[in-house]
Amino acid sequence: MASQTVPPLLDIRDLHLTMKSFDGEAHVLNGIDLTVNRGEIWGLVGETGCGKSLTGLSISRLVSTPPARYARGEIRFEGEDVLKLSESAMQRLRGRHIGMIFQDPTTNLNPSFRIGEQLVDVALAAGRHSPEILGLEARASSSARRMAARALAETMLDKVGIPNAAQRLDDYPHQFSGGMRQRVLIAMALIGRPALLVADEPTTALDVSVQAQVLRLLTGMVQEYAMGVLLITHNLGVVAETCSHVAVMYAGNIVERGPVASVLAAPAHPYTTALLAAIPTRGVKRGDLKGLAGTVPNLIQPPPGCRFAPRCALAGPDCRADVPPMIELGAGHGAACLRVASQTEAA
Amino acid sequence: MLHFILRRLVLIVPVLFGLTALVFAIARLLPGDPVALAAGPNATPAEIAAYGKEFGLDRPLIVQYGAYLSGLMKGDFGVSIYTRRPVIEDLRAYLPATLELVFAAMFLAIAIGIPAGLAAAAWRDKWPDYLSRVVALGSISMPRFFLGLLLQLLFAMWLGWLPLGGRFPITEDPPALVTGFLTLDALIARDFTAFSIACQHLVMPAIAMSLSPLATIMRMMRASTLEVMQQDYVLTERALGLSSRLIMLKYVSRNAISATLTVIGLYFGWLLGGTVLVETIFDWPGLGLYATKAVVTQDFMPVIGVTLVIGTLFVFANFAVDLLYGVINPKVRTE
Repeated sequence: MASQTVPPLLDIRDLHLTMKSFDGEAHVLNGIDLTVNRGEIWGLVGETGCGKSLTGLSISRLVSTPPARYARGEIRFEGEDVLKLSESAMQRLRGRHIGMIFQDPTTNLNPSFRIGEQLVDVALAAGRHSPEILGLEARASSSARRMAARALAETMLDKVGIPNAAQRLDDYPHQFSGGMRQRVLIAMALIGRPALLVADEPTTALDVSVQAQVLRLLTGMVQEYAMGVLLITHNLGVVAETCSHVAVMYAGNIVERGPVASVLAAPAHPYTTALLAAIPTRGVKRGDLKGLAGTVPNLIQPPPGCRFAPRCALAGPDCRADVPPMIELGAGHGAACLRVASQTEAA
Repeated sequence: MLHFILRRLVLIVPVLFGLTALVFAIARLLPGDPVALAAGPNATPAEIAAYGKEFGLDRPLIVQYGAYLSGLMKGDFGVSIYTRRPVIEDLRAYLPATLELVFAAMFLAIAIGIPAGLAAAAWRDKWPDYLSRVVALGSISMPRFFLGLLLQLLFAMWLGWLPLGGRFPITEDPPALVTGFLTLDALIARDFTAFSIACQHLVMPAIAMSLSPLATIMRMMRASTLEVMQQDYVLTERALGLSSRLIMLKYVSRNAISATLTVIGLYFGWLLGGTVLVETIFDWPGLGLYATKAVVTQDFMPVIGVTLVIGTLFVFANFAVDLLYGVINPKVRTE
């Protein structure tokens, strides 16, 4: 038998997603390519509406179709295309293999149930096909499973830094602060020991001081479990502090990606440059901050060629002809921009 | 929680006091001379006056009201000027029959309406949803008395499965009186023949009464379920691998029911006051029939008594709903 190469944890290839709206079909994702391996923390950045959340939701196939439609491409999780899975097979992946954390901790816990009960149900769902999660044999009775799940819930709650975990299992979500609730949600997302974690703006709704705590907790847990992470955010500071890699999205395309250090230090795509120029730093004076002129293109009739061209100072007629390919700049750093190509050729 | 209950209970007192004043005033301000009606067609004016005096109707209205209130404190609801029977005795005889009917109807409406609404939302725009829409539209637009007649025609006249009307045949032995609900009393007495007879009489009027609350509860439940399904926590539950059955039956339904509870409380009171037509058609010896007779003859003490009892039950039904909110919503409980 030929030696098999291990497929990457997550491999999104040429993903196209359209969304039906009153005015027609919007081309929301326009050929996303992204590979996440175990141990990597990918930051997915871009402005509101660029499709980063939809990309995240697509991985667990949580986008309703219709109105959405996957026109082309695949999302391979450990080599298997999730877009082709049956609903029950997909459900088996969720929680157990792919964990998710969302933005607002005040609305993502069910207000009518004790958090222990919610954690236990997630653990039971994950343990249904993988009883080893609960530390049990496949034939364990349902009461044994329930007890193991509760013990696991307590362990997880303790792990995410909630004091008195055993008692707090019996509390309702409204008895926790925002930061504590996000910790509960992290415990819930990780209780099934997923290999991939998709975190959609997990700290946006939190106070700045709590943000740092939650991010530190998250990165610690990720290292402990050797997970791959897709961290969706619009905060480049968070990316710089937390991520190993970054992908920059604009209007449904990944325009630049690569290791954080190299992308943030030497941005190659004009949009990344503009994003970085728009970050306020200490000592910035009124009028110093550079915004980006123009608006995001209409996705129902997107401009041909590069979608950033209408706002780009460097754009020429060649940019408007074809969608620019991803140009490799070495060490995994790449940018989808023709100007990069001419620069590298010139060099 | 105890504090919450006490505060609500205290608030009930002025509501009921206001109700007595209002009903008393309205009943006495109606045109017509009930005393003359009660005294009979051949009574002379002197006889009519004497008849009125016997019931204390010659005194000023405010004095009569005071006397009525002090009687109420002792559980005395006054006397019918027709039958000269104390109103409290009539209420004791008729109220359980009506309550049994209303409870049975609400039980049907809730037991069918809540799961059906949940199913309609879960299979939105599929056949369960369409079926529920047709049933809801039909039940809302079908008058209760007409449905009652149809049921009688089908099940009593054609099929002969169920009795045409009445509550319990005089030829049979009724169970010993405990709660006044024949079905419950039969169960308590372990008299299953009586239980089956009582149920056979109860089922048709209960169905006729249940239809419009059933439709409303079903639609409310569907709407609030759809709203809850849009909540962030449902997406999280789905994203973390919970089955859609668990999500719908456990996590969504409890949140969705709280909005529906309000309607249930309102309907309970509405049904209490709306039993007349169904009781008439099915010859059900309840409060509705009693009240109708009293209104037609302007026999005001029974009218006031019935209104008070229904008003009190209505207030307590809403009180019960408020308590249930606390049971379902942990946030209400701790506040």
